[in-house]
Amino acid sequence: MANAKKYVIGVLVANISGVLSRVSGMFTRRGFNIDSLTVGETESPGFSRITIAFHGDDDIKEKIIRQLDKLHDVKEVEVLEPGDTVIRELLLIKVRNKAEYRQDIMSAVEIFRSKIVDYSAASLVCELTGESSKIDAFIDLMKPFDIMEMCRTGIVAIERGDNCLKTEK
Amino acid sequence: MRLTGAALTAEILAEQSCSLIFGYPGGQVISLFDALWQRRDRIRCVLTAHEQGAAHAADGFARATGKVGVVVATSGPGATNLVTGIATAYLDSVPMVAITGNVPCSLIGRDSFQEVDIVGITMPVTKHNFIVKSIDGLADTLRTAFQIAKSGRPGPVLVDIPKDVQDALCDFEPQPAPVSPEPTAPASEERIKRAAAMLKTAERPYIYFGGGVISAGASEALCALADRLDAPMGCSLMGLSAVPSDHPRFLGMQGMHGHFASSAAEDAADLVLALGVRFSDRATGNSDRFKRHFRLIHMDIDNAELHKNIPAELGVRGDLRDSLDRLLKILPQQRHTAWNRQLRALRQEEAERSARAVREVPGTLRPYAVIDAVSERAGDCITVTDVGQHQMWAAQRCPLKTPRTFLTSGGLGTMGFGLGAAIGAYLATGKRPVLYTGDGSFGMNLQELACAVTERVPVVIIVMNNGVLGMVRQWQTLFCGRRYAATTLDRQTDFVRVAEGFGARGAHVCDLDALTAALDEAFSQEMPFVIDCAVDRDEPVLPMLPPGGSVDDIITEIERF
Repeated sequence: MANAKKYVIGVLVANISGVLSRVSGMFTRRGFNIDSLTVGETESPGFSRITIAFHGDDDIKEKIIRQLDKLHDVKEVEVLEPGDTVIRELLLIKVRNKAEYRQDIMSAVEIFRSKIVDYSAASLVCELTGESSKIDAFIDLMKPFDIMEMCRTGIVAIERGDNCLKTEK
Repeated sequence: MRLTGAALTAEILAEQSCSLIFGYPGGQVISLFDALWQRRDRIRCVLTAHEQGAAHAADGFARATGKVGVVVATSGPGATNLVTGIATAYLDSVPMVAITGNVPCSLIGRDSFQEVDIVGITMPVTKHNFIVKSIDGLADTLRTAFQIAKSGRPGPVLVDIPKDVQDALCDFEPQPAPVSPEPTAPASEERIKRAAAMLKTAERPYIYFGGGVISAGASEALCALADRLDAPMGCSLMGLSAVPSDHPRFLGMQGMHGHFASSAAEDAADLVLALGVRFSDRATGNSDRFKRHFRLIHMDIDNAELHKNIPAELGVRGDLRDSLDRLLKILPQQRHTAWNRQLRALRQEEAERSARAVREVPGTLRPYAVIDAVSERAGDCITVTDVGQHQMWAAQRCPLKTPRTFLTSGGLGTMGFGLGAAIGAYLATGKRPVLYTGDGSFGMNLQELACAVTERVPVVIIVMNNGVLGMVRQWQTLFCGRRYAATTLDRQTDFVRVAEGFGARGAHVCDLDALTAALDEAFSQEMPFVIDCAVDRDEPVLPMLPPGGSVDDIITEIERF
């Protein structure tokens, strides 16, 4: 796509069963691609918050927002501008614990302010939070050290300042 | 009042003024049908031959009246048989509530007998849907379903009620009146003013309207605006019947099989005012031309339709009637003498082109001649169609007078839609329906003749019988080197004897005299009457705008096949 940009949107939805299907189904049905989708509870038990990252141009972003707005269980949709938003992702990565490069791993963990959350004779698990680019860089660094498995949460995002997604539509 | 879920559902239907519903019983809705029977003083439940027919009947009821159509079916196959009917309503923005039974909550998820996840299945083809797993939420969910169905852009809503919820008891507080639709926020003053300013600068304005005008009840405002703007009007398939066919400013349906004059006028316009349309590919042809030729104002109640298929210079979201009324208050009278002269020339060209396209084949009837003969005596009828060539001939030719009198499956293109819809439309309005169908479409749901006979529906069924799946055949002729794969029917089916088998009557006709006699009989009956009209298999639907084509590609004549 010529003008593809990365967008992050926050979606406040009713906390009821099926709502994730409705939201993700809309993306599939209309041919919009999702880079990452996370969902969790909010301060209010009646609502969940979905953070969706996707690539596209401005036109696609507009279409996604209009279609999301139509869903009955969607209460609020907001595009989160990168400059005004705290964006975080969590990584858990398991690498082989070998003496020959253990010190290199420890250095990377320290520099990235990562944490070792599991340590065994054969493996160790690092935890890292940060923006996606930081996570990507850390994974790149770990590649030579035999990554056994990894998982990342996808991003969550919240606006800086006192602006909030409102629970009343 | 303490009620079972089933009784509560019947009470809610009565409360929402549903005096007529359509359905088919089954194991998981026995309680619900029992409750409906006990409220038969308020609610009449029409038993169709198949759940799909029931869904189309509820759809026809809703299209003919603007009210919410209601259909009830059992779990599993009952529910899945509704799906085509629900999708048909969804694509054409028809308000509908579908109620299905399901296995008891304790059996859900175990692949129990006649269990299906109908909420999952219908999620993409409903405005919203619910499964009610607790009796406490049932009343409010049903009321919400009605509200969603009729608010904003209308559409179908499904409520799935497991059997144990139908049988559970709870307190019920009746409400004095049906739920009102949620109000639509009016279009902003700034946008109405900008629209007026753009319209004032146009030299060759063209109004393109669709089904949204009918939903909004905005026909009068539309005609007033066309007069004020001194502009021609054309419409999508779904817009038909919003304005009288003989309105002097109306150029007809545009699009793939639309009138030459409306498509050409749109192409020649410098500004298009699009009202309650969604720019379906069948209506627009090559959408690139929209970027080149003219400025576009798009007004619709659904924000998601604005800029969806065609980017507009100005999008105006709001209720159409309100928007048009406000536009009329500020727009001064316009005059476009040269443009109207140009339009007269287009109409002249259209008449000459269609005169050249007339073909006479001995032993068959010309579709337009059939429609003209029917229309002569149809009077204040409701025209219903199935899908295919006959649908386009009817859309091009039927003289329509009042809104909600042309019922057709526009978006989904559902063959087999017509008979169920005709039954629903008749039972809703008491007006005699004329159903145009083909030998292909009629074969898909003709079992509803059983229901039409039971309900004494005086539907006149015109089968344009050409022995082939004519619309696909036409494409094969044009684009597949005349290789007629799987489109030659040549069945031995005798539709008159089929009709008689169901307790209806009918006649075969292959010339105008026989047609006249058959119509005399059909229109004097208070029962369904099938007229099996012989039509030549190579009679094309013209004009034809090839898929993705523009006005220069319009085919108005096809050589003898």
